Amino acid sequence: MKLKNALIILILALVIFFPLAVIKEAGFSGSDDAVEGVVAELHPDYQPWLNALWEPPSGEVESFLFALQAALGAGFIGYFMGYWKAKRELAGGVDSHGRKANC
Amino acid sequence: MRAAKLKELGGRKKGFVAAVLLAFYLVLSGGGRAEAMHIMEGFLPLSWAVFWWAVTLPFLAAGFYAIRKTVSVRPQAKMLLGLAGAFAFVLSALKIPSVTGSCSHPTGVGLGAVLFGPAAMSVLGCIVLLFQALLLAHGGISTLGANTFSMAVAGPFVAYAVYRCALKVRAPLWVGIFLAAFLGDLATYTVTSCQLALAFPDPSAGVTASFFKFSGIFALTQVPLALAEGLLTVLIFNYLLAYNGQQLEEMAVIPPGACAAKRG
Repeated sequence: MKLKNALIILILALVIFFPLAVIKEAGFSGSDDAVEGVVAELHPDYQPWLNALWEPPSGEVESFLFALQAALGAGFIGYFMGYWKAKRELAGGVDSHGRKANC
Repeated sequence: MRAAKLKELGGRKKGFVAAVLLAFYLVLSGGGRAEAMHIMEGFLPLSWAVFWWAVTLPFLAAGFYAIRKTVSVRPQAKMLLGLAGAFAFVLSALKIPSVTGSCSHPTGVGLGAVLFGPAAMSVLGCIVLLFQALLLAHGGISTLGANTFSMAVAGPFVAYAVYRCALKVRAPLWVGIFLAAFLGDLATYTVTSCQLALAFPDPSAGVTASFFKFSGIFALTQVPLALAEGLLTVLIFNYLLAYNGQQLEEMAVIPPGACAAKRG
């Protein structure tokens, strides 16, 4: 399984970083800006009728909140995985039915 | 019968709460522009915003009901539920560069749909979207109904259906998981394009032409991301299988004996 997972991580890294390495002139902005453009093109008179209640005052604050979101989620995932792994090992790899529990 | 009634009651109450919140929100903000990977605040005409809220609310009600049932039947599934939520939380924070030279993010709802069924995931997905709408100005409250429908209803339902079909034809587990997450991700962005096309049909060529315009933005950008989401979901599922396979078997996420077969 270790080898298989390492392979998955490798492919993931390739998929994610390939565009950055290959397309040098791209701005890598959000696809949301493009949506706004199409709306303006199709219905030039459309005015968004509502604004976001609060917006991060700067790119730094925004990236802080995104990092916080990822960190919180990853923290929980790590905690849960560690919990299950240790629980299984402490039980001697045997589950409540007496079967070996390393699936 | 009773379940349907409960669902309906739940839906009505939540509808009222949503209406009050929406009214409150409208007073506090108005007009302008905001950014989001999802449909931005104010970027759906009021009638469509209300329509998608109405479509989504029953799914949310069913989701609350499903989660309550799961937790009462299997209290130990709470952690797994937390994991599914956390996974969607992390993935929607990761704006990943794509081959089109723009960025978008995966949804992360496929895992939860496979583990708990699509309805439960609509609630978790909605919470993630709410966080992003309130704190990051990504998406919005008026468009939360539409965004929840695309990311937390359509995506999970497709993912769940794909996974169950894969199990039926006895495909390897990882193939089922990969396809579920991959297609669920693409479904989300297809539905978003539909929603935008319906609200903004091409003045001369109609809804279809408009759909191709909007999906043209997302589709190509999203394919590599869906690929990444599929791989990531397989990765975390592998760890789950290794450390907590017993529970997955008990919850009928994997076929009975799948653990043993893997050992033997």
